[in-house]
Amino acid sequence: MKTEKNTIDRRSFLKSTALAGGGLMIGFSWLTSAKAASANAVVAPVELSGYIKIGADGVITLMAPNPEFGQNVKTSLPMLIAEELDIDWKKIVVEQAPHDRKYGGQFTGGSNGVRSAWRSLRTAGATARQMLIEAAAQIWGVPATEITTGAGVVYHKISGKSAPYGDLAAKAATLPTPTGLTLKGVKDFKVIGTSTKNVDGVKIATGKPLFTIDIKHEGMLIAMITHAPGFGLKLKSLDDMAARKMPGIKDIFTIDTYAEGTRVGGFNATTFNNLVVVVGNSTWEVMNAKKALKTEWEPMPGAVLESTVTQRQKMEEMSKQQVNAARKDGDPEAAFKSAAKVIERTYTAPFLAHNPMEPINFFANVTADKAELAGPLQAPGMIESAISARIGIPADKIDIQLTRMGGGFGRRAYSHYAVEAAVISQKMKAPIKLVYTREDDMTGGVYRPHYTATYRAALDANNNLIGFHVRGGGVPESAVAANRFPAGAVDNYLAESWTIRSNVTVGAFRAPGSNFIGGAEQSFLDEVAEAAGKDPIEFRLELLERARTKPVGQRNDYDAERYAGVLKLVKEKSNWGQSKPGISRGVAAYFCHNSYVAQVVDLVMVKNEPVIQKVYNAVDCGVVVNPIAAANLCEGGCVDAIGNALFGEMTIKDGRPEKSNFDKYRMIRHKEAPKAIEVHFVKSEKDPTGLGEPLFPPMFGALANALYKGTKKRFYQQPFNIKERLAEGKPAV
Amino acid sequence: MRNTTENEELKYYKSVALLSIICILANQENLFNNYQAINQRFHIMAAINLTVNGKKQTLNIDPNTPMLWVLRDHLNLVGAKYGCGIAACGACTVHLNGTAVRSCQLPVSAAAGSKITTIEGLSEKGDHPVQKAWIEHDVSQCGYCQAGQIMSAAALLKTTPKPTDEQIDNAMNGNICRCGTYLRIHAAIKTASKS
Repeated sequence: MKTEKNTIDRRSFLKSTALAGGGLMIGFSWLTSAKAASANAVVAPVELSGYIKIGADGVITLMAPNPEFGQNVKTSLPMLIAEELDIDWKKIVVEQAPHDRKYGGQFTGGSNGVRSAWRSLRTAGATARQMLIEAAAQIWGVPATEITTGAGVVYHKISGKSAPYGDLAAKAATLPTPTGLTLKGVKDFKVIGTSTKNVDGVKIATGKPLFTIDIKHEGMLIAMITHAPGFGLKLKSLDDMAARKMPGIKDIFTIDTYAEGTRVGGFNATTFNNLVVVVGNSTWEVMNAKKALKTEWEPMPGAVLESTVTQRQKMEEMSKQQVNAARKDGDPEAAFKSAAKVIERTYTAPFLAHNPMEPINFFANVTADKAELAGPLQAPGMIESAISARIGIPADKIDIQLTRMGGGFGRRAYSHYAVEAAVISQKMKAPIKLVYTREDDMTGGVYRPHYTATYRAALDANNNLIGFHVRGGGVPESAVAANRFPAGAVDNYLAESWTIRSNVTVGAFRAPGSNFIGGAEQSFLDEVAEAAGKDPIEFRLELLERARTKPVGQRNDYDAERYAGVLKLVKEKSNWGQSKPGISRGVAAYFCHNSYVAQVVDLVMVKNEPVIQKVYNAVDCGVVVNPIAAANLCEGGCVDAIGNALFGEMTIKDGRPEKSNFDKYRMIRHKEAPKAIEVHFVKSEKDPTGLGEPLFPPMFGALANALYKGTKKRFYQQPFNIKERLAEGKPAV
Repeated sequence: MRNTTENEELKYYKSVALLSIICILANQENLFNNYQAINQRFHIMAAINLTVNGKKQTLNIDPNTPMLWVLRDHLNLVGAKYGCGIAACGACTVHLNGTAVRSCQLPVSAAAGSKITTIEGLSEKGDHPVQKAWIEHDVSQCGYCQAGQIMSAAALLKTTPKPTDEQIDNAMNGNICRCGTYLRIHAAIKTASKS
């Protein structure tokens, strides 16, 4: 258990403190001086719960419990509190909460931020509001039921009395916590559903320190690592003679991230446990010394040095074999035998590196009896015990501060670097900031798995879909989701799933599994619709109608009506069916992370390259908490997917990742982004569902389907490599 | 450390500055990298006069140190970000005499005597038209690349106050946004160009 942080100075972190040089520094409590902290403590605000602090000056501070890496949770989660607390959003301050079990899981991932906080944070707001009402009732000697609130003020309209929350907070904090409160209905929302700007928007636009890489600390050293250049390799020899003599270098040594015998898995996964560490005064000096290290690497005993090409061959072999069924409805074998038409297509997708713009880094100051840590963590609660075990300091003496993260996309759920930083700081007996180079980051594994799936569809003489079969797998995970559409809409259905073991490490990447299978399935359905001579939207709607009225099987994990709803909405908004001269259109729809998305892509081919004119999105994610940020996240999901579909690829040769920086690893750039994106949310009173991930998977399909219209070629392999595909079969010029 | 006479030193810095600028302007990254690698062997410390955000200062530093790390590690100006170190992502973009440059590939010696402007110095009150437009359009997601984006956009508008879509595309193509906020960036530049 973590102890509650009860002193005011420990709560006042992430302030920007002016430096003599004219710059600013990020200021956690333990980075500011004791003098400054005690000065702050003069006007200690009253804490009504872990989430709400009210100052006598009327300033209301809301705590953002989950770490932020661009999904807007630092803004949208406090909005949930504000809704029920009934305050003026313009007069509040939002602070990022540190890691503390009182804030629950604090996990940002799985498109789960708003979903998991929906009830708890509104309840926190309602509870504090009720305590303020009760305080006023007792002070004024009137019944609490006669009291109302509005924009941070408590009113007793009968007597004409009123008081701002700041005047009542001290009294309110002494009262028992009320329970069983009724939360507002959707129709009464004032904050939720109102576009609210990013609470860090001004700081970002003015270059204020917000990220761990911006942290300064008195006596802080810079640490960098060198990891093995490939999977299955370990250090054979190290010559650091030259590097040691270089200016600013304090020490060079090797570490094991985890001690021998530690069971490492799940979110504690690490790729390269044995690291060479260079510590010095400044980043540039350490970078230069790192380059001067002479290292030799050798295969670990029994290790296979894998390559993309050999993996692909193994995957092709596996695709031909019958494997265990993940789901079977009806008699698929008979359906395929009796079919008038059978369509079979195989899709593949490569490893992807997450490549968040802020390379991996972490701050650690480990002393004899405690550890002060700060860093980009999607799941702080999942690494704390590993750190504690490794440095021998109990969890209640480990303070983890959460900074804004320069992207995550899943990568920062695997926070081995936090352990590395703690070990290095402990050894150096100094505060250190561990900084990976882009190359260390990109070649560091934890990739999106290498996937494939083979689809078969059986059509009868009347072009009805009578059989559907998916057999998919990957290295080392499979993306097959057996109970998703079109399961439930086809009488004879078979899903098979297999995996191939590998020493290439993988991890969650924006919409894990779905990020491949969604696009593959939606490309395939487009081809099946074409073979059946049906409009691709009408074809899907027919299947969904079947799933709604007469579902096959019990375990279908989607709501066919909501699924059809987004298709109908995108059909309307995109004027689907009306021909637009010169424009190639593609459609896709997918359900994941409890949300429904349908997309239409309009593109034109210019010199064998797609120019995406417009993307139409129809999204059903329940109540939309912050429309402006929700739309931004949807736009980003589309752009990210288009980039990965066209360019995203990490290849491996002899165990070594072949791309290490943005010169070779192509990311989508400004010119390649769609010229316009429309986002249409289904009006809904249902509880909110995910948004960070659901836009991503179907876009691979919508884009491939539009490209087919524009090029007459189907795109089965990611990345699509359009120019190469279009040059196929043509004589070299 | 290499001992050099004052005259030699002066020649040396002039040559470093000249060659680096030529390399950058000619977009000859490989040549520039080779040149830098040779230079690193000298480990010279030198007093270099800089004007950063209008403030003159003298630093005693290895003249090969990229401006990015001078700003971040020595001057506590952390707005410019490290993203790739090879001038391929634009997160480190600052202005060198008003022109957008990648500070990760700009040796501090090449900036001696020139005016460097960082995001912190773009405007006194954070109210440069580009910054205001960024806030108005709520451009940022994670925010890490945005200082570089804003600096590229501000440099564009300085030379091209009313850019076409194509001019924006070209000027902004060197700045990667992993979150995919390109459309908002584009729209914000259009808004700023109207102010």
